[in-house]
Amino acid sequence: MPPAINSQTSLLALHDVSKQFPNGTLALSNLNFDIRRGEFLSLLGPSGCGKSTALRIIAGLSAPSQGRVEWLAAAADKMSRIGFVFQEPTLMPWASVFDNAALPLVLKRAASETIVKRVTGALDRVGLAKFRQVFPRELSGGMRMRVSIARALVTEPQLLLMDEPFAALDEITRFKLNNDLLQVWQATGTTVVFVTHSVFESVYLSSRILVMSARPGRVFTELAIEAPYPRDQNFRTSAEYAAYCRRASMALAQAMADDTPAGDGDRT
Amino acid sequence: MNLNQASYDRHDRMLRIALPILVLVLVLLIWEAVVRINHIPPYMLPGPGLILRTLADDWELLSQSLLVTLATTVEGFLFAACGGVGLAVLFNQSRLLEYSLYPYAVILQVTPIVAIAPLLLIYLPQPLAVLACAWIVAFFPVLANTTLGLHSVDRNLTDLFTLYGASRRQVLWHLKLPSALPYILGGLQIAGGLSLIGAVVAEIAAGSAGAGSGLAYRIAESGYRLNIPRMFAALLLLSVAGIAIFYALSFVNHLALRRWHESALSRET
Repeated sequence: MPPAINSQTSLLALHDVSKQFPNGTLALSNLNFDIRRGEFLSLLGPSGCGKSTALRIIAGLSAPSQGRVEWLAAAADKMSRIGFVFQEPTLMPWASVFDNAALPLVLKRAASETIVKRVTGALDRVGLAKFRQVFPRELSGGMRMRVSIARALVTEPQLLLMDEPFAALDEITRFKLNNDLLQVWQATGTTVVFVTHSVFESVYLSSRILVMSARPGRVFTELAIEAPYPRDQNFRTSAEYAAYCRRASMALAQAMADDTPAGDGDRT
Repeated sequence: MNLNQASYDRHDRMLRIALPILVLVLVLLIWEAVVRINHIPPYMLPGPGLILRTLADDWELLSQSLLVTLATTVEGFLFAACGGVGLAVLFNQSRLLEYSLYPYAVILQVTPIVAIAPLLLIYLPQPLAVLACAWIVAFFPVLANTTLGLHSVDRNLTDLFTLYGASRRQVLWHLKLPSALPYILGGLQIAGGLSLIGAVVAEIAAGSAGAGSGLAYRIAESGYRLNIPRMFAALLLLSVAGIAIFYALSFVNHLALRRWHESALSRET
């Protein structure tokens, strides 16, 4: 059942989106959901459930085989309204932190004052103000990811798409970046779609979680996390958090059980 | 512990420089001794001392020839660098062009230059033929390496450029060329040495026809005149030129990549 979509509160909606790869794999099947303005939405699911594919389709990097992505917000140039953070930092090794973060604006041929102002602002926001002239190889993994986030922020996107951005980081760095990301989200008022396979991360960050099941990928259930923001370490240790994690874990387990047809021998 | 490590490193570095020099001095001494003890005449095998003296005595002639060969090498190298990178970029932008021309670039590469040189000498004036040979030999590694480099772009970065609506020219300038730079520089380093080889081969071919003024021509000419010490002196100059070209290009390579590329990183730390 597609949810009722309200064009006042929704930014974007997916209508019956399916994706079949040229090798025949059906990655997504009849995906229906909307993204609401200002929310922090997580797509939670096992590996191979098509979360990343869905994100690429929303970004326009990949075309759906069927269905469509509808932008409900009046955006003149929707591509400039999207920021994308990949699983790897994906920085240009030959360019300084500043030049890396400036890339989207340089490609759009923005005026140099605009570039300096926005990039400085974005680097401040992720705590890298002192590292403008440093090259990526001199940075730690967490700092590289911060550059990647700053780069996504410089276009002041309406929608920030993040594809398991912290999956490769150690837990302490990840906690720190989770907190900083929440701060950025609240300060900028942007909408975030966050792909993850971590129950804990999704509960900590999101206002809403879509639990997905695999083969083919589809929305299994939806979970609203009604804990108030700002969230901090106290929330992480609260009973409320534990209860939400439990619910999300159970939903994920059901989604994975649901997805095991008889005789499916090629699970990875 | 740390101090020990540092002094060990310093010791190691000194050995790296000292040992080859020691071997060189030993070999030269033995060479000189063998020549003197056995009274080998200079037209059979000159001793190192005589070769150095010849180098000094014939310096005017040999340095002139060295300049001719170096000029050819550098010109051939520059044409190869521009042509190789330029053609690789064109191939990258137009697949039809790549399909049409790449096989011929390969044919040019696999046909031995020694076999092509005499032909070129028939159809082109001698200096131009020598230059063409240097170019043909040096051109292919630049083309092949640049082509490889332009295809070795991080896929996520390509997606990012697509996402922000980059034009073809922006992708080439901001993404593909910087990604390919280490490959291009590697190709240039090979091309520098090969350009010298191409020039020498063509000069030898020209020398057998009795024309020319480069170092390799001097070698051929001295051979005909049984002036073996001068042959060795010219050969020594050629080697030194080759080594100088190699290290000059290594240095350029290091300067261009030292801030970001892995290959330069390990050298610094």
